[in-house]
Amino acid sequence: MTEQGVRWTADQVLALAPDAASRKAGSKLGAAGPWSGTGSGEGALWGQCKGSGSRPYQTVVDLTDAAGPAYRCSCPSRKFPCKHALGLLLLWAGDDGAVPAAAQPPDWAGRWLADRRGRAEAKKARAEGGPAAAPADPEAARRRAERRAERVTAGASELEQRLSDLLRGGLATAEQAGYGLWDETAARMVDAQAPGLAARVRELGAIPASGPGWPARLLEECALLHLLDQGWLRRDRLPEGLAATVRSRLGLPVTPDGPPVRDRWLVLAQYDTADPKLTTRRIWLHGAESGGTRLLLSYGAAGRAPELSLPVGLALDAELTAYPGSGRSRAALGERFAPPAPAGFRPPGLNTAQAAERYGEALREDPWLDAVPVTLDRVIPVPDGDRWQLADADTDTALPLSRAARSRPGLWRLVALSGGAPVTVFGECGHRGFTPLTAWPEGAGEAVPLC
Amino acid sequence: MNGAPTGGDTTAPEGSWEELVTTALLGTDRRPPAGAAPGRAAPVALLDAAAVATVRRRAGLRPARAARRPERAPADPRPPLPARAAHRLSTLLADRSGGGSGGRRGSSPDLMELLPQWLAAANAQGYAAPPQALPALLDAARGRTDLRPAALAFGGPRALWLARLNPDWRFAVRAAPGGGATLPGPEDTEAVHRLWQEGLFAERAALLGALRARTPALGRELLASTWATERAEDRLMFLDSLRAGLSQADEPFLEQALGDRSRNVRATAAELLSALPGSALAARMAVRATACVALDRTGDAPAIVVEAPLECDGGMERDGVVAAPPTGRGERSWWLGQLVEAAPLGTWPGRLGGRTAEEIVALPVADGWQGELHAAWCRAAVRQRDAAWSRALLGSPSAPEAGGPGAVSLAERAKLLAALEPAERAAWVAGFIATHGLSEAFQLLGVCAVPWAPSLGQAVVDALNIARDAGSYPWSFSGVMGLAERCLDPADAVRLEALLAIPDEREDAAPGAGGYWAEAFQRLVTTLRLRAAMTRELAASAPPAEQAEAAAQPPDAAG
Repeated sequence: MTEQGVRWTADQVLALAPDAASRKAGSKLGAAGPWSGTGSGEGALWGQCKGSGSRPYQTVVDLTDAAGPAYRCSCPSRKFPCKHALGLLLLWAGDDGAVPAAAQPPDWAGRWLADRRGRAEAKKARAEGGPAAAPADPEAARRRAERRAERVTAGASELEQRLSDLLRGGLATAEQAGYGLWDETAARMVDAQAPGLAARVRELGAIPASGPGWPARLLEECALLHLLDQGWLRRDRLPEGLAATVRSRLGLPVTPDGPPVRDRWLVLAQYDTADPKLTTRRIWLHGAESGGTRLLLSYGAAGRAPELSLPVGLALDAELTAYPGSGRSRAALGERFAPPAPAGFRPPGLNTAQAAERYGEALREDPWLDAVPVTLDRVIPVPDGDRWQLADADTDTALPLSRAARSRPGLWRLVALSGGAPVTVFGECGHRGFTPLTAWPEGAGEAVPLC
Repeated sequence: MNGAPTGGDTTAPEGSWEELVTTALLGTDRRPPAGAAPGRAAPVALLDAAAVATVRRRAGLRPARAARRPERAPADPRPPLPARAAHRLSTLLADRSGGGSGGRRGSSPDLMELLPQWLAAANAQGYAAPPQALPALLDAARGRTDLRPAALAFGGPRALWLARLNPDWRFAVRAAPGGGATLPGPEDTEAVHRLWQEGLFAERAALLGALRARTPALGRELLASTWATERAEDRLMFLDSLRAGLSQADEPFLEQALGDRSRNVRATAAELLSALPGSALAARMAVRATACVALDRTGDAPAIVVEAPLECDGGMERDGVVAAPPTGRGERSWWLGQLVEAAPLGTWPGRLGGRTAEEIVALPVADGWQGELHAAWCRAAVRQRDAAWSRALLGSPSAPEAGGPGAVSLAERAKLLAALEPAERAAWVAGFIATHGLSEAFQLLGVCAVPWAPSLGQAVVDALNIARDAGSYPWSFSGVMGLAERCLDPADAVRLEALLAIPDEREDAAPGAGGYWAEAFQRLVTTLRLRAAMTRELAASAPPAEQAEAAAQPPDAAG
C-alpha cells in the first residue's frame, strides 16, 4: 500500500488519546513548531519532535495495520500512544504540507517499519498455515471445560440460595446491608469463574442508593439474575441459540464462529466506559449491504486506550465474524481490505414507535438485554421539564433520553445540531430510555459524535 | 420510557407488579406471595413471577407522548466554515480547559490566547459557526467575558436560540441587544419616547447610546427633556454617554449642566466642553491659563515663566476646576494643571511668540515648573487628540530621558501614542525599543496596531535576541513574549528561525537560560505559524488569486 488513504480529521486522531491529559498535550504538539524531518509515505508518518531534552524524540506511526495505527516513539512516556505520536498525527491531519510525502523513510523509521511489517507478515502466514490454534490435547480441554462448568453450577446454585434468603428477609434489609454484602457475593462468583454473574451482583449493590423507586429496580435485577441462574442450571433444555446467550452472559469464553461477512461497515459510534481496572471500548458498525448493526468490543488495561480505534462517520471494507448467541450483535473484526473512507451513506432510520418495538422484539432472544442499537430518523430533541426526549417530527410520540445521556455534553451538541429541526440520531434504545451516540443534521452534513 | 410503561396492552395489570415489589420489600416470611406455584419455595416463586413480569414490562414499553416542540432556530444565511477551519476551531476550543497559569509554558502555543484572533478573523470573513461547536463556544465565552462579543457574533442566531434552553448560558441572552428585545429606531418617535419614559435604566442607557451613535442631536434632546427629574447618578451616566458623537451643537446643553447640583456632573460637563476647542468654556480656560504662562525674554535665551493662580474663584469652580488638591500637592500647582489641561492647545503658539508645538516644548521652563506644565499639556493633547502636540511631547524615542522617569510617564506616553497614525506610532515604539530595550516597552507595545509593522517587529525580535545574549531568563520578558506571539506578523517567523538553536552556555549567563530561550522562541515561531495557518484556512474558500493575497496578508485582528 503506497497511499495513506483518507487523511484523518483532528477528532478522529484525538479519539486515539488514552486520556484527557494526553489529548491536550497532543493537541499542543499538533503544530509545525517543534517538528523537524517530518514525512509520510507507504502508509507511515515520521518526524522528530523537539522536547525538553537535548535530542529530539523520534516518532513513527504506521497506518497500514488493520487493527488501527501502530506507534513508536523514543520518548520515555508510558502513555500509549504518547503525545508525540498524537501530535504527529494531528500535524498530518491538520495542515497540508506540514508532513510532506517522501519517497523513503529515514533509516531509524524505516528499520522499525520493516521489522514490524515483517513480524505482521509472519504472523499472518502462521495464521493461514492451518488450525495451529487448535488445542494440543482435546481431551484435556474437554476435562477443563467440564470442571469449569461444575464450578459455575456451584456458583449459580449458591447465588440462588442467597437471592432466596434476601427475598425471604425482604429487600428492605438490603438497604442497610450496603455494598459489603454484594461485594462478598461478587467475590464468590469470581471464585466460581462466572465473571458475568459477579459483574451483575456488584451492580446490585449500587441500586439501593440510586434514588426513589429503588425497590422495583432491585427486584427487576434480582429477578433477571435468577433467570440467568435458572437458564444455566437448565441449559440442556434450552434452544441452542438461547443457551449460547446464557453462556456468554455468564462470562464463559466464547469465540466468534459465524461465517465472515464482508461489507462496507459504516462506523456509527465509538465510546469508552472505564472502571478502575479496565477500559471497555464499544464500536458500533452498520453494514451497507448486509444491513446489520454489529458491536466490536476492545479492552485496555487501566490507563491505556484500547488498541482498536475507528473513526466515526467513515466506512471500512472489512470482514466481520459474529459471536454465538441469538439476538446478540457482538462481532469480531477480521481482515480489513482498505483503510476507512468517507461513507457517503447513513444508516436507514426508524420512528420512535418502531424503535421501542425493536427493543421488545430483541428481548425475546435475549431477556437480559438493556438496550438495542437503533437509528431514529427525523426526530427532534425536545425539552420536557428537566428531562429531554427525542420526538418524532411526523407523529405525536417521543422517546425519553436516558439519565446518562442527560448529563453528557453530547446532549447540547445534539440540541445545537438540530436547532429545532429534525435530525437523524443513532443510539441505544432500552428500558432506561434512549442514549444518543451520533447524529446527522437535516440535509447534507457529516456525522457528529455525541459521546 | 424509564421503566414505566406508558400505555400498551400488557396482559398483567400494573397492580400485580406493585404487589410483587411490596412482597419483595417486606420479605416472603412476613408476607407469603399469593398463588405461589406448588412445589416451589416462596422466595423462588416470587423471583419466577418477578422475572416474567420484568421481561414483560420491558418488552411492552411504548414511546411517550411528545412534549411541546421548541421553535426552530432562525436561519443563519452566512456560509459555513471551510472544513479545515472548522477543525481548527474545535482544536482551539478543546484547549479551553487548561489555563496557561500553572507552571512553565513549554514550547507549545497557548491555543486559548489565539481564540479571540480566530473569532475576529472568522467574523470578518462572515462565516457561520458549525452548530455542533456552539456548546463549546458558549462555554468558553461563559468563562471569559472578553470573548463574549466576538463569540456571540460568530455564534449567530442559533447560539442565542441555544442559550435560551440552558441556564448556564444566560449571559448570552442578556448580552443580546436590549436584553433580547430590539430597540426602537430613531424614526419611531413614539416608541423612543415611551421607552425613555418607562424603561429600566439599562434599557434607557442602551437607547441613548444607540441614538448618539446615529443621530446625536435626537439623543441630546431626549436627555434634555427629562434632565431635571433624573437622579444624580443617572445624570452622570447619561451625560457620559454624550461623549459619543460629541459636537459643538452639544455646547449649550453642556454649558447649562455646568450649573448642576452634583459636583461629578459638573466636572464631567466641563471635561466634555474642554474637548470642544471652540466652546466658550475652552475660551474662558484659555484666558485663565495664558494669564499664568508667559515668555520671558529678559535672559540670554527665551524661557517660559509660570505664575500659578493665587486662588480658585467661583468661576473656575463652575468651569470644573476642583478646588481642593489631593493630599501632598500644593493647591496652586494643582489649579494650574487643571487650567492648562482644559485650555485649547491652539492658544499656545499665539501666546508664546508664534512658536510651533515642538519649539514650545523645547523651551526651558523657569523655577522647576517644567514637569507640571508638560504633564498638563500631555493631558490636553490626549483629551483633544492633537497629533502635532502629541508628537512634540513624545519627543525623540531615542532621547535618553525617554527611557527614564521624565516629565512624561510611560502611561501618558502610551496615551499620546494613540493620537498618532499607526505607522508613526510603530516607528516611534520601534525607535524606543532600539534604544531602551524591552523592559519598559510593554505598555507602549499594547497601543500599536496589530500585526506589528515590519520595523517594529524587527526591533522587538532584535531586542529579545539582545536580552538572550545578556544572559537573563526569558520569563523576565514573558509579557512582551506573549504580546509578540499574538501581534507579530506571521511573515516574521522566517526571521526567528536562527534563534531556535540552543546557544552555548556562557559563564556569566543564568544557568539553563539558553534552553529556556530556545523553547520560548520555539513557542513564538510555532504560534506565528499557527496564526498563518489559521488565516489560510479561513480564506480557503476564496478564489486562488485572492487566496494567495490573503495568505500574504497578516491577520487583521488583534488578540
